[in-house]
Amino acid sequence: MAHVPFYAQLINLLAAILLLLAFAMLTQRRVLSLVNLFAAQGLALAVSTAIVAYGTHQAHLYGSAVLTLLLKVGLLPWLLHRLIRQLDVKWDVEGLINIPTTMLIGIVLVVFSFNLAYPISQLASTVTRATLGIAIASVMLSFLMMITRRKAIPQVIGFLAMENGLFFAATSATYGMPMVVELGIALDVLVGMLILGVFFFQIREQFDSLDLKHLEKLREGE
Amino acid sequence: MIEILAVLGLPLVGAALLAAIGEQEAAPKVNVAVSLLTFLAAAALTVRVIVDGPLLVLDRQFFVDPFNVFLVALTAFVGFTTAIFSRPYMRIEQEHGRLTAGRLRLYHSMYQLFNFTMLLALLTNNMGILWVAMEAATLATVLLVSLYRTPASLEAAWKYFILCGVGIAQALFGTILLYFAAEKLLGAGGGALLWTELNGVKGQLEPTVLSIAFVFLLVGYGTKVGLVPLHNWLPDAHAEGPTPVSAVLSGLLLNVALYAVVRCKVLVEGSLHTSFARQLMMGFGLLSVVVAALLLSRQKDVKRLFAYSSIEHMGIITFAFGMGGAVANFAGLLHMTVHSLTKSAIFFTVGHAAQKAGTQVMDDIRGLVTTSPMIGWGLILGTLAILGMPPFGVFASEFLILITAMGEQPWATPFLLGALGLAFAAVFSRIQPMVFGATTAKRLPVRPAMVPVFVHLVLVLMLGLWIPPFLADWYRQAAKLIG
Repeated sequence: MAHVPFYAQLINLLAAILLLLAFAMLTQRRVLSLVNLFAAQGLALAVSTAIVAYGTHQAHLYGSAVLTLLLKVGLLPWLLHRLIRQLDVKWDVEGLINIPTTMLIGIVLVVFSFNLAYPISQLASTVTRATLGIAIASVMLSFLMMITRRKAIPQVIGFLAMENGLFFAATSATYGMPMVVELGIALDVLVGMLILGVFFFQIREQFDSLDLKHLEKLREGE
Repeated sequence: MIEILAVLGLPLVGAALLAAIGEQEAAPKVNVAVSLLTFLAAAALTVRVIVDGPLLVLDRQFFVDPFNVFLVALTAFVGFTTAIFSRPYMRIEQEHGRLTAGRLRLYHSMYQLFNFTMLLALLTNNMGILWVAMEAATLATVLLVSLYRTPASLEAAWKYFILCGVGIAQALFGTILLYFAAEKLLGAGGGALLWTELNGVKGQLEPTVLSIAFVFLLVGYGTKVGLVPLHNWLPDAHAEGPTPVSAVLSGLLLNVALYAVVRCKVLVEGSLHTSFARQLMMGFGLLSVVVAALLLSRQKDVKRLFAYSSIEHMGIITFAFGMGGAVANFAGLLHMTVHSLTKSAIFFTVGHAAQKAGTQVMDDIRGLVTTSPMIGWGLILGTLAILGMPPFGVFASEFLILITAMGEQPWATPFLLGALGLAFAAVFSRIQPMVFGATTAKRLPVRPAMVPVFVHLVLVLMLGLWIPPFLADWYRQAAKLIG
């Protein structure tokens, strides 16, 4: 086996942590813990981006690491905590998820992601190419999380976690997108979060709860 | 270059201005004025492109070629006419007590922001910024869909946000893969996502990566186009939002999303040299046409009916671009133009019709032509135009698409013809009694703006009979460009 530099091993470790956190989020029922897991995922992402920047001397990646840290470890979790406090859903527990089945589907998705990533990572020249499979897997797991959740805030956290996975995919395949694009994406995510914040209050005002079962009245063909 | 800055800057300044003064009496007028100025800037840009040829400016970040210039003009034009329409429409909504002044401020500001994102998506040369603009367009419209704050509108907006958000995330992954393939040839940095650069080296892009990328890009942007089976958000968002928003969603957003798909298709096709991308687009297109035609007959809400009709037409256009070749592409571009004009005109009339009847349920809207002949005739003429009756422009484009399909993809022709027939039966049988027959409608407190409706319909009629030479020239050049 070829010699793998120390920093690359660190990145692989962080990628594994990222995947574990994705699984943890998939099965976490409490809203508050979910936000903390999301913040932890953001932290792992920021640290791994910084290590890639250090190892490969890609100066612009330091910028995206700082951006990730500010946005996903600082601002977004803070906004989510504030929202949860204001909406008073701190102790909300998601009832209906079947953890073993979800986990099994999750594992199938991971296998699928590694297969999908294989031909791409063969062509990649980055030291981080081995982690591309993990990046796709965490996108898929967040997607699964969005499908299985019935409450608004967990669904949104799934949405944000999906963006984390995509960001990680960009770092592992190409050392990150051009800075102007990354700034644009960060702006979209932030504005999206603010709009959702407004939106949650509208939903709550109308239905007295954030349970999405109230939002299933419109059906096709009616 | 000054024109591009004006086209993008005016709606942005307008959004900021209207966010400040949107509650005041003059706000709707300011909205119209800003849209008019944007349209004039777009017209100046168009003239510049006619005289000087394609533009590539501001460090290659923006470019204008025959493919996007007519869409820029169309977007600015429909943005302007919709602003005219929304002035009396929103006043009536306010008098009916469905809206407050604060929400009107949100509406006006977001309307301009939405125009800005559409124009940015069209003018940018950077595939990454294209993605950012498309996502921003969703964000700008999501609070517009829930403007009435009714349970149904909240549900529609939530669905719109989540489905389009997930969809557009797929497109982001596709864009990352595109960058990954391009970076090897063009080097890291901003240059590797510029469409013009990518187009220059498309023959050397790695085919495996691009084929995976295209699947993600098509699913991602296809969600916003409303292709079946990714269309679920579309009828809800159209039916529950205010009518001007339905008009710009159908007339502009779907076009721009399809524009993004076609830009990607050009690159993928150049790299793959197979019919993979074409077949995917034809498949999704045909499925959308057939499923939408089947669902049309089950609709009770008039705005949902026309939303499904939009899915059907987007399917036709996607199918045409999937077939490719000079004639089908020409027809696809023409169909984009006429569909956008006709569908927004229909939504203008439908909006006022629903206000008069106090409902969007088709069975409760009767006899429009007796109380307000303009709305009635506008609706029936628009319906005939959208259903592909000659001599309107939709007939010309659908005819071209059908004869190309008979020649190149004979297996698809029965599906297309069947779906068009079914759509005709479903829509016409519903609209005819709404327009004629005994009336239930009441008077509107403000005179509706019917000029935009008839301007659109006259343009569609003109495009059916005579296409101006410069426009035909663009269509031909663009058709060649997109293969």
